[in-house]
Amino acid sequence: MKKIAISNIEKLYNEISSLQELYLPVKKAGATNFAKYENGVDVDIKSLQTVKSAKDLFFPQSEDMIDFKVSGKNIEIKDARAQSNPFVLFGVRGCDLKSFEVLDKVFLQEPVDTMYKSKRDAVTVITLACNNPESSCFCKVFGVDPANPKGDIQATIVGEEMFFEPLTDKGSELLSKLTTLEDGDEKAVESEKKEISQKVEKLPFVNLDLSNFKGENLMELFDRPEWEELSKACLGCGTCTFVCPTCQCFDIRDFETNDGVKRFRCWDSCMYSEFTKMAAENPRKTQMQRYRQRFMHKLVYFPANNGGEYSCVGCGRCVKKCPQSLNIVKVIKKLGGKN
Amino acid sequence: MQKLETLMLEKAKNLLSSGEVSRVLGWKKGELGYDVEPSVFTSAQSLDNFVYNVFCGANLSKYLVQETKKEGKILVFLKPCDSYSFNQLIKEHRINKDKVYTVGVECQGKIDNYKLKENGIEVVESFDEEVDFVTVNGKKFTKGEIVLGKCSVCEKKLLDYDEVISINEKRSPDKDRFEMVKKLESMTADERYAFWKDQLSNCIRCNACRNVCPACTCTKCVFDNDNSGIASKANSDSFEEKMFHIIRAFHVAGRCTDCGECSRVCPQHIPLHLLNRKFIGDINRLYGTYQAGEDTTSKGPLTDYTKQDVDPSDVFGG
Repeated sequence: MKKIAISNIEKLYNEISSLQELYLPVKKAGATNFAKYENGVDVDIKSLQTVKSAKDLFFPQSEDMIDFKVSGKNIEIKDARAQSNPFVLFGVRGCDLKSFEVLDKVFLQEPVDTMYKSKRDAVTVITLACNNPESSCFCKVFGVDPANPKGDIQATIVGEEMFFEPLTDKGSELLSKLTTLEDGDEKAVESEKKEISQKVEKLPFVNLDLSNFKGENLMELFDRPEWEELSKACLGCGTCTFVCPTCQCFDIRDFETNDGVKRFRCWDSCMYSEFTKMAAENPRKTQMQRYRQRFMHKLVYFPANNGGEYSCVGCGRCVKKCPQSLNIVKVIKKLGGKN
Repeated sequence: MQKLETLMLEKAKNLLSSGEVSRVLGWKKGELGYDVEPSVFTSAQSLDNFVYNVFCGANLSKYLVQETKKEGKILVFLKPCDSYSFNQLIKEHRINKDKVYTVGVECQGKIDNYKLKENGIEVVESFDEEVDFVTVNGKKFTKGEIVLGKCSVCEKKLLDYDEVISINEKRSPDKDRFEMVKKLESMTADERYAFWKDQLSNCIRCNACRNVCPACTCTKCVFDNDNSGIASKANSDSFEEKMFHIIRAFHVAGRCTDCGECSRVCPQHIPLHLLNRKFIGDINRLYGTYQAGEDTTSKGPLTDYTKQDVDPSDVFGG
């Protein structure tokens, strides 16, 4: 166990970033998102959550794949995939860490997604325990412990100090290089963890019942009349999918340049009318069908194909960010079981 | 506020049971108090979840574009700001007014959920107008400190409706609506560029601003149309994200009622309304004070021509 006074934490950021690139929650223009640590950035570890999740670091919103350059009758094809140098990702909450497991199931199974894997292999993750989980948090329902968020190193703020606990070889290796840290005592951390666990138990969504969401109930759930009511106010925007740590759908697009084409991939949203143009067009004609798809995927299809693992981690971003206050909690309460 | 809600509920039940309307467009209770959602109620029983309180910030008028295509008449409750959007949609022939029963409702400003979170407010002691908001640490906030930006500058009135439900006089705005626009205008071009670059580089192109905007009612947006050649699901570079918002602001100029929904829904809290408000300020300067949505018939300054119209270059130079 190592520790540092929060008042000295800039020194730690500087030391880590002298070893590897460091990404952490940074506040810019009033919004906090993961960004590279550089001199002068406004690091924000007080906010419980970033707007966009940490998936951005492995699966960015938009990334180049191939460049085609045309000159005369020649087409030159260039690999445009970015090289991944080792980097440290700091300040990841337990829910986001859990989302990496979900994304790994999608991107690391055969055929492996090389663009995702290169970044995933390059990372050392330092998680941060949640001292004050919010009313919109329900990670415990999906097996996350916000007091023990896991990762390579687990950090906990206790009063004016931050403590670090290595959990993997990668984590121990990084910690051993950090001279700004001093030795810390485990007792303070243990009592802080207990306090967090007590707070979690008092959260309003801590006992959501998921028992109905089973593969064998698939058709029954699909046909439930409540979807109409649940989706009625949906604007068909992509906010929920883009702030969601587990949404993983993307589109591949060509951008025409003066002398060729840039092929890139970017996040896509099943909420959009232009999503999944099979053969001719989107088979889901109504917003209700698109809405149902999103939640059936997270709560029924994904677990049915992945050993029971849901593709929701209970981060509550959709609860906070949906323009019209629709969210997965309302779906679970209506269809999940005894809610 | 509870009394207002009771009166609205009574109205809704009466109109439903008399058969005057078949549906009611209003707001529905959430799970946490602040997560109120727009909803269509079809029976007296479903109205059990009806709510009208300080969290009903969502503008209901755009839902009527689809709702008035359906059979039967619908009752809608419109706050002052919603009603200007409603009028503008009537003017643009997007809503069939014959299928709507409009009831204007008093509004003293709605709460900004972001400001709740930012200040760590977890406890709401009551949903009355004179409500106390308390942080987990016991710090108290008055409502004025955490209302939506659009509410702190609201000069909108309850307009001409089938009926109006109002108990108290509306409060006067706390701030000058053009304060921030003036501040941006007084910056150098480089400073202004830096301001918008910082703000708009947070954009995640979720399209919430566009989809919620009552002035954005194209059946198919050019940015969603693969055949347009400019369809874009992502910002290909930092220039493009600026273009999306600037093009959208131009498209709604002269029609934007300043309802503030774009900024309310932005997940990154970008003050998008400032782009629209800049246009509104310029239109006021060039053609005289104009408020889109104040009526349902007049021509807007950008779709009308008079011989007295000034040449913008005479005012702005260039």
